[in-house]
Amino acid sequence: MADRILNLKSIGSRGLKNAVKGNEYRREASISYGILIIGYILLSLGAATGLIGHNLQGQFVPICVYVSLAVSLNLVVGISGELSLGHAGFMAVGAFSGIVMERMLLAHMSFEPAVMILSMLFGACMAAIAGFIIGIPILGLRGDYLAIVTLAFGEIIRNFMNVLYFGLDENGHLKFAFNHTIEGIENSQRIITGAIGATGTKTISTFNWGLLLCIFTVFVVLNMKNSKQGRAIMAIRDNRIAAESIGLDVRKYKLMAFVVSAALAGMAGCLFGLNYSTLVPLKFNFNTSVLILVFVVLGGVGNIWGCIIAATVLTILPEAFRQFADYRMLTYAIVLILVMICTYNPTIKARVTAIWNRINPFKKKGGDKPKKKKTGKEAA
Amino acid sequence: MGTVLTVKNINVYYGAIHAIKGISFDVNRGEIVTLIGANGAGKSTTLHTISGLLRSKTGDIEFLEESISHTAAHKIVSKGISHVPEGRRIFQGMTVEENLQMGAFVTKQDRIAHNLEYVYEQFPRLKERTSQIAGTLSGGEQQMLAMGRALMSDPELLMLDEPSMGLAPILVDQIFEIIENLNKAGTTILLVEQNAQMALSVADRAYVIETGRISLSGTGEELAKSDEVRKAYLGG
Ligand SMILES: Nc1ncnc2c1ncn2[C@@H]1O[C@H](COP(=O)(O)OP(=O)(O)OP(=O)(O)O)[C@@H](O)[C@H]1O
Ligand SMILES: [Mg+2]
Repeated sequence: MADRILNLKSIGSRGLKNAVKGNEYRREASISYGILIIGYILLSLGAATGLIGHNLQGQFVPICVYVSLAVSLNLVVGISGELSLGHAGFMAVGAFSGIVMERMLLAHMSFEPAVMILSMLFGACMAAIAGFIIGIPILGLRGDYLAIVTLAFGEIIRNFMNVLYFGLDENGHLKFAFNHTIEGIENSQRIITGAIGATGTKTISTFNWGLLLCIFTVFVVLNMKNSKQGRAIMAIRDNRIAAESIGLDVRKYKLMAFVVSAALAGMAGCLFGLNYSTLVPLKFNFNTSVLILVFVVLGGVGNIWGCIIAATVLTILPEAFRQFADYRMLTYAIVLILVMICTYNPTIKARVTAIWNRINPFKKKGGDKPKKKKTGKEAA
Repeated sequence: MGTVLTVKNINVYYGAIHAIKGISFDVNRGEIVTLIGANGAGKSTTLHTISGLLRSKTGDIEFLEESISHTAAHKIVSKGISHVPEGRRIFQGMTVEENLQMGAFVTKQDRIAHNLEYVYEQFPRLKERTSQIAGTLSGGEQQMLAMGRALMSDPELLMLDEPSMGLAPILVDQIFEIIENLNKAGTTILLVEQNAQMALSVADRAYVIETGRISLSGTGEELAKSDEVRKAYLGG
């Protein structure tokens, strides 16, 4: 009896904070980090041995960017349970503010790692501010309405980028103009020129930075998911009325997930921006937002390591299909549809799993119980 | 015996619909007070207004002599009002214990162990099922979990919205027994019920709500005997 009470007390006093960081967290974390490290080693080896061609090597940084974007969007779509269609907008904010920061810093210092880190932090801050400003009015909305409004905001951000002009004068000072070109600045000193976008960016992004960013993003999202705040966010997703009845501030937690997600997207955007010497705002259109959402849905809403794999494979595939030339996008679409059917149609999924279990050499005794997946619809 | 809750002339609207038309009542420390009335009378709306999920256009709500009619919903819980909403709103995907832990979200860390022990004492069925996924509990167990979760925040006032809804008679008896036990242990209870007979049998005082107004009030016994109530709610 005394034993039982003691035991109870220890559970209670450990409280929420530790109780939630159980086995599931460790399992999810080790799989996610494992996939990142193994993927990094495989791709590096492939590049070193020449097995991976030049074109595909050019995709290494974008792969990391899309992995981070997918993981960060999963914070909103999977963990907070809101459908957001404007993720590319935050990516754009991070990319362009990161580029401006990089050029300013490079005018005064040449230590690239510091430039990289400061630019990324700046990109994250600006994207977080954008997320905050957008989040406050829209998080009262639910489901489809939120999706439509985030879509609109994503487009507004991109169009706003179309009329921004940044440049450096001869003393290395930043010049800014809205809706008109800046006079008296030579071409080489232009940073962002409206719809032409960013030019003359020094490409300091590398695969190593990409890996670091992915690890950082996964770290933030997993820890958030398994914190007291994360529990609150998921409780609100599961049952809003119950969450309100136990005293959770629904708007605060929804906003928290939204802003952190935006900040991480800003970081990824910055890495993306510093990977190309020229970058047009058009790159961050609705299609990109949908692409990121596709990674999340295919990888499994709320499943962190699933969307890492989905983002990697779906960024590599179009490159790998280059040999099919004209049929490239068609093949890509067919693969997408097949994956969707195999993961979400219960009958077909059961068959595929059965076949897989028969040929799987690492079969566990008793077999795993099927993973529960939520469809995008449920999450919205 | 102090007054815990005073509701003064509240008017609540859903858009153009005037759902609560000037309701006033009070709840004293240590009492079980029940609100009974037909479907759509405005009982749930009243509880929602007290817990801050809805706002009253006029009037005032005082809790422990402090106005809470403009306090945010998430702050009202930490002030000591716990609301168990209609329809067993539990977190389906979490375990029983995780659900209870969530109930202690606004509770001081050093009280959580004590409260958890208290809840398991009141609901031994939950204790047998600490790591069961809440969505797989039976209806009665889910109701117990929702009540247990509400108790995790050490409420001064516990508001229960139709705890007996959809339960077999034997479970209804159990739930009402628990309600009486909680009350004896010191929790003041505001109970909303369709099951007027049961509610009146445990209540110290009762109010009858009809289309947004209080039509009758008195002690539980008085109302159980009153002709109007018997005709309308107790089946003759
Ligand atoms: N969200 C809403 N929007 C519009 N009208 C509402 C809403 N919720 C409740 N109402 C209306 O307000 C009135 C009171 O509803 P309420 O839910 O408070 O009734 P109740 O007494 O709890 O009924 P029940 O016993 O069936 O739960 C009803 O006429 C109902 O139709
Ligand atoms: Mg009701």
